[in-house]
Amino acid sequence: MKEIAKVNEIFKILEEDAHKTPERIATMTGMPVAVVKRAIKQAETNRTILKYKAVVNWEKLGDDQVQALVEVKVTPQRDVGFDAIAERIYRFPEARTVYLLSGTYDLLVLATGKTMHEVAAFTSNKLATIEGVQGTVTHFLLKRYKEDGEILSGEERRKKREPFML
Amino acid sequence: MVKRDPISKKVRALSPSGIRKYFDIIAGMDDVISLGVGEPDFVTPWHICEAGIWALEKGDTAYTSNYGLIELREEIARYIENRYGLTYDPDTEILVTVGVSEGLDLAIRAITNPGDEIIIPEPTYVSYKACTILAGGIDVPIPSSADNNFEMRASEIEKRITTKTKAILLGYPNNPTGAIMERDELSKIARLAIKNDLTVISDEVYERLTYGTDHASIVPLPGMRDRTILLGGFSKSYAMTGWRIGYAAASADIIESMMKIHQYTMLCASVIAQRAALEALRNGEPQVQEMVADYDKRRRVIVKGLNQIGLTCFEPRGAFYAFPSIRKTGLPSDEFAEKLLREKKVVVIPGSAFGKCGEGHVRCCYATSMAEIEEALERIESFVKKHRS
Repeated sequence: MKEIAKVNEIFKILEEDAHKTPERIATMTGMPVAVVKRAIKQAETNRTILKYKAVVNWEKLGDDQVQALVEVKVTPQRDVGFDAIAERIYRFPEARTVYLLSGTYDLLVLATGKTMHEVAAFTSNKLATIEGVQGTVTHFLLKRYKEDGEILSGEERRKKREPFML
Repeated sequence: MVKRDPISKKVRALSPSGIRKYFDIIAGMDDVISLGVGEPDFVTPWHICEAGIWALEKGDTAYTSNYGLIELREEIARYIENRYGLTYDPDTEILVTVGVSEGLDLAIRAITNPGDEIIIPEPTYVSYKACTILAGGIDVPIPSSADNNFEMRASEIEKRITTKTKAILLGYPNNPTGAIMERDELSKIARLAIKNDLTVISDEVYERLTYGTDHASIVPLPGMRDRTILLGGFSKSYAMTGWRIGYAAASADIIESMMKIHQYTMLCASVIAQRAALEALRNGEPQVQEMVADYDKRRRVIVKGLNQIGLTCFEPRGAFYAFPSIRKTGLPSDEFAEKLLREKKVVVIPGSAFGKCGEGHVRCCYATSMAEIEEALERIESFVKKHRS
């Protein structure tokens, strides 16, 4: 168990900052560099690590890409349950994220497009017309406050410290 | 007319802080990396702040009992019981203080008669000596070095015990060295305290910040509960330095004596801070563990980095300080720190600020972001290359 926790530590560090080198991670965790490299390689191969990416605050760049959260109510199918419909949905590049949820609807889809019209077209023409989809409710995203643990809007709580203190 | 000094002789004789001049040097400087702070870089966890805000919102703004809120004292008693297996009566044996700093002052003042000697570790947190002198006592430093991992040795204490010795002050995990005390050595110190009927003041403000080892306290050792004043706080564990909140636990006689001074000088700790501290004790454990894990990573990076640069650094196993030797550069610690600041804009604290045997070292606080630690190490490396003697 202790070993697994140690290896998980590597992924926590990378999740926070994918720039960290295996050498630095080895120092931070007290593990040998070779072990860290091996664990990362293995995780990349078996898709524990899916990819390395930056969390970009696009609003700062004036990019007004439109995003919407779409609630999808579906009829589960024999043998495959929700999976087959979910797959048909997540194959669309417009569907950036797809979750199966408990509650009043079944799938939650994060859809993106260049314009509101493009997202609306995706939900009404493609998503809503899939066999087994009973209905959709689309919520256009107005503002992103926090994403992946990072605060995007407003100021991060930062400590103001004196440079010297005994 | 007789010219009178408006300042008391005692205060006049206190040495000024060894780092005053750095404030002038740093004024107007930008791009400075400070390893000179003595506090966490984390902001107090939100749920603790929220408890303080809620206290304000519902009008919880009155004085509390001089001893502190009873709910908080009960929670502190529970915490100590879980940690050390010792029972303290929340009514009479726990006092909520304005940070450990006040607890320390109260403890020393409550027990010190003029001329009493208080044994303190060296390198030492600066308040130990100052509070002893202000209380009319005499500080008796026990030197330590990297050779013995900056541990306070019972044999060194024994040599300095006289008929005037009143107490031994322990401050571990230690500021400035990051040293911890091992149980064996604490047992020897405990035996000395019992044999010579001495009080022990144990400043344990860094007790939650240990790495690869559990904190060892003197208080649960046989015969020590009733002769030890345990000082604990929230500043370092829960990143609550600005809230100014701590506590003392000791026998009822000592706590009542400390409370006497406290009631005339402070009255009580801030009620808002007390409410926040209560939340910290009840629900703050996951955040403490997260912060400790994070400090540990930075500790490994800074210690390895300093050693690679050639500034030999013993492995600190507590607090958030590294205390490398700078002897290789041939510079006194004060000059090293001043030049490093002027030339590379990196703040470290000269070891001499913490007593004679701190000379030859500097204190580097690693409670700062990993990016800043990495940048500071690069700057220190180029500085050391230039000044290698």
